[in-house]
Amino acid sequence: MTKLPSALKLTASALALALAAGSVSAETIRWARVADALTLDPHSQNEGPTLALLRHIYSTLVSRSVDGTLEPNLATSWEIHPDDPSVWVLKLREGVTFQDGAAFTAEDVVFSYERVLHESSGFRAIHADVTGAEAIDDYTVHVKMSGPSPLYPNNLTNFFIVDKDWAEANDVVAPQNFAAGEENFAVRNTNGTGPYQLVSRDPEVRTVLEAHSGYWGDAPEITEVIYQPIPEAATRIAALLSGEVDFVQDVPVQDIARLEQSDGVKVVTGPENRNIFFAYDMTSEKLRSSNVDDNPFSHPEVREAMALALDRDAIRQVVMRGQSQPSAAPLPPFVNGWTEEMNAYDAPDVDRAAELVKSVYPDGFSVQLDCPNDRYLNDEAICQAVVGMLGRIGITVSLNAQSRSLHFPLIEKWETDFYLLGWGVPTFDSAYVFNFLVHTREGSYGAYNGGRYSNPEVDAKIEQIATMTDLDERNAVIGEIWNTVMEDRVFLNVHNQLLAYAVKDGFNIEVHPENSPTMWTVTVD
Amino acid sequence: MIAFIIRRLLQSVIVMIAVAAVSFALFRFVGDPIYSMLGQEASISDREELRDRLGLNDPIVVQFARFLGNAAQGDFGISYRLQMPVAELILQRLPATMELALVSATLAFVTGLGLGVYTALRRRGILSNIIMTASLIGVSLPTFLIGVLLIWVFAVELRWLPSNGRGAVVQIGNWWTTGFLTTSGRLALILPAITLGLYQMTLIMRLVRAELLEVLRTDYIKFARARGLSARAVNFGHALKNTLVPVITITGLQLGSIIAFAIITETVFNWPGVGALFINSVRFVDVPVMSAYLMMIALIFVVINLIVDLLYYAVDPRLRVDRAARSH
Repeated sequence: MTKLPSALKLTASALALALAAGSVSAETIRWARVADALTLDPHSQNEGPTLALLRHIYSTLVSRSVDGTLEPNLATSWEIHPDDPSVWVLKLREGVTFQDGAAFTAEDVVFSYERVLHESSGFRAIHADVTGAEAIDDYTVHVKMSGPSPLYPNNLTNFFIVDKDWAEANDVVAPQNFAAGEENFAVRNTNGTGPYQLVSRDPEVRTVLEAHSGYWGDAPEITEVIYQPIPEAATRIAALLSGEVDFVQDVPVQDIARLEQSDGVKVVTGPENRNIFFAYDMTSEKLRSSNVDDNPFSHPEVREAMALALDRDAIRQVVMRGQSQPSAAPLPPFVNGWTEEMNAYDAPDVDRAAELVKSVYPDGFSVQLDCPNDRYLNDEAICQAVVGMLGRIGITVSLNAQSRSLHFPLIEKWETDFYLLGWGVPTFDSAYVFNFLVHTREGSYGAYNGGRYSNPEVDAKIEQIATMTDLDERNAVIGEIWNTVMEDRVFLNVHNQLLAYAVKDGFNIEVHPENSPTMWTVTVD
Repeated sequence: MIAFIIRRLLQSVIVMIAVAAVSFALFRFVGDPIYSMLGQEASISDREELRDRLGLNDPIVVQFARFLGNAAQGDFGISYRLQMPVAELILQRLPATMELALVSATLAFVTGLGLGVYTALRRRGILSNIIMTASLIGVSLPTFLIGVLLIWVFAVELRWLPSNGRGAVVQIGNWWTTGFLTTSGRLALILPAITLGLYQMTLIMRLVRAELLEVLRTDYIKFARARGLSARAVNFGHALKNTLVPVITITGLQLGSIIAFAIITETVFNWPGVGALFINSVRFVDVPVMSAYLMMIALIFVVINLIVDLLYYAVDPRLRVDRAARSH
């Protein structure tokens, strides 16, 4: 009785050894996701799946680790110039080569700056404060800013470095220009310094990468990456369960419980850098969709009532199946400026909320809620739940759920009274939220301030923190801004999204807050 | 005859232009591609600038005229989404859709014909009744559900067949890739072909059965029976032959629908064809791909209809005078 199992064990361990031995030489991961990278051009599309794939081929100067902190990559250090606070000094890594064998030097960084600031680049806005980059020697670059920018290195985590000579030889000194009507060579060809290089690509079908032998860092355990977009959720999960893929990045919340019970598959979850919230037009005289003659959202009582009516825990349990972190402010927990208090939210109090609404509008009021239905996790279902919750306090909400390509223009054109929006903070600093969502809309400020919130005092503070170099003082001002924003109830925040990755047993993958998993850090049991 | 063909060709061109016009008018309701093309950091002026560069601010009539002008020269522009020439993208995906459509149409025709004949000849048999009832399910179940069910049974539970994709393909010439020549390619075809062909199969089966029953009641069949011809000669030599004219017409027309409606099947099975390309393009509001795709589908329908009309003309002498005169 005892002999047989031990013999089996021996065979099993021998088998495991053989497998482990195999894993050192070659390990393939088949990675499925909802969408493909749109292009392989590193400066064209500032879009999640594109960045996630390109990160394997091209490297950035600075990387974002899974806990949200900055890590050196092609730049080994970055500091403010001792004599000029508006200049960043970047020291570059030596001995790095591109996949075509060319050496990586400061002129490649300078060239990449020119390319990323080009008119047809999708990343221009991220580097809007950069006035120029200069190579001091082969491994030192000075980046000149329009003013002191103490947190600028946070903007480098999606800035890919290309080889100047390669780009010039292939006539790709600028990213794809759609109006030109020609395909850019860089759309399908790559030359980066990253851990993997491109083997083949059939857009929207399959992209194959293999380890780049000249990579400066440790050789990855995963030596081959096969990337397959599978848009249909049921098919994506079926492909994992049938063993045709090893890693599914976008797992629908309703499938998580079932996958956890399936043999040979595990689910890992973690917070995403994205908050989901409602915002409303607080300043117009009259709403477009309401049955009352003034603007209900201009009354603090109504805003308070809505906050009291929102049952975040119910949304978490019923709509999100537990996959969310309810919170009161639109800021993910790892972002600078976040405080414990932001996670504290009032317990719902329907009676009190109904009274508050009644005190202003005895008969209640009606309004339209605009909601995307293909952008965030269960976005439409969240809206439906809120329609019901507001209905209980006398606010009759009609829901207008539509595709994101129809939803976002409403916010930009100020054609919505009340809307759902999700916001990620790629710079990991509150200023990013303020610039886009809180500052009065003017120039590059307030592009997503669909609520028309406008507070000159807050605006002045937002402009002030952009150039403050003393980080403690700066954080104090950030705290003041948040206090005002929370007191004014500019946002009706719902929760922070959680990400779920499903992976075949044997592979260890960490959830990346930017939803940009890195295959070269994957370990194999 | 030549006048008829010329007239039909002119009509086809008008149909194509009408389809292009209607689709262009509809694109306005799909949304604004700029939000997919630029990241969330882009300022309002950046967006406006790109909109200008792409000519999206021009009146719809101007955009339409520009599209027609370019399309007439074979230039369908660059995909907003995948940044590749649209004509090349569609040509790359077309073989996958064509092979899938061909296999499912053949499958639908052969099985539909066989089952139709069987159920017509053994009208009261138990098996016939089972087939007829089952065919109701085939007609009424949505393609999406059938696809998911098949994936669940044959890919996840039994693991006999792949759940998605086209398997390994072989390149033939510059413009064609085929999955017929590899084992994984052939295996990958089975589930999508059944899913796509099931509806057409039940349709053909019911049509064959109804037509055959009709013909079997006619006098010349009774007469043939009375002459003592074998059942085989009567059923297949006389009855079935006369059944086939409408069946072939319908099958031909359905081929266009199979190509056009492959969208759902392609989405479920992640089949890299033009239908999946179209769906992804709609999500992104990739106007160049959407317009080119709709033009292609219109062209396919127009060509099939033209061929069917010409076949009528050739096959059925009674139609010649009538058709040419009416020129509908």
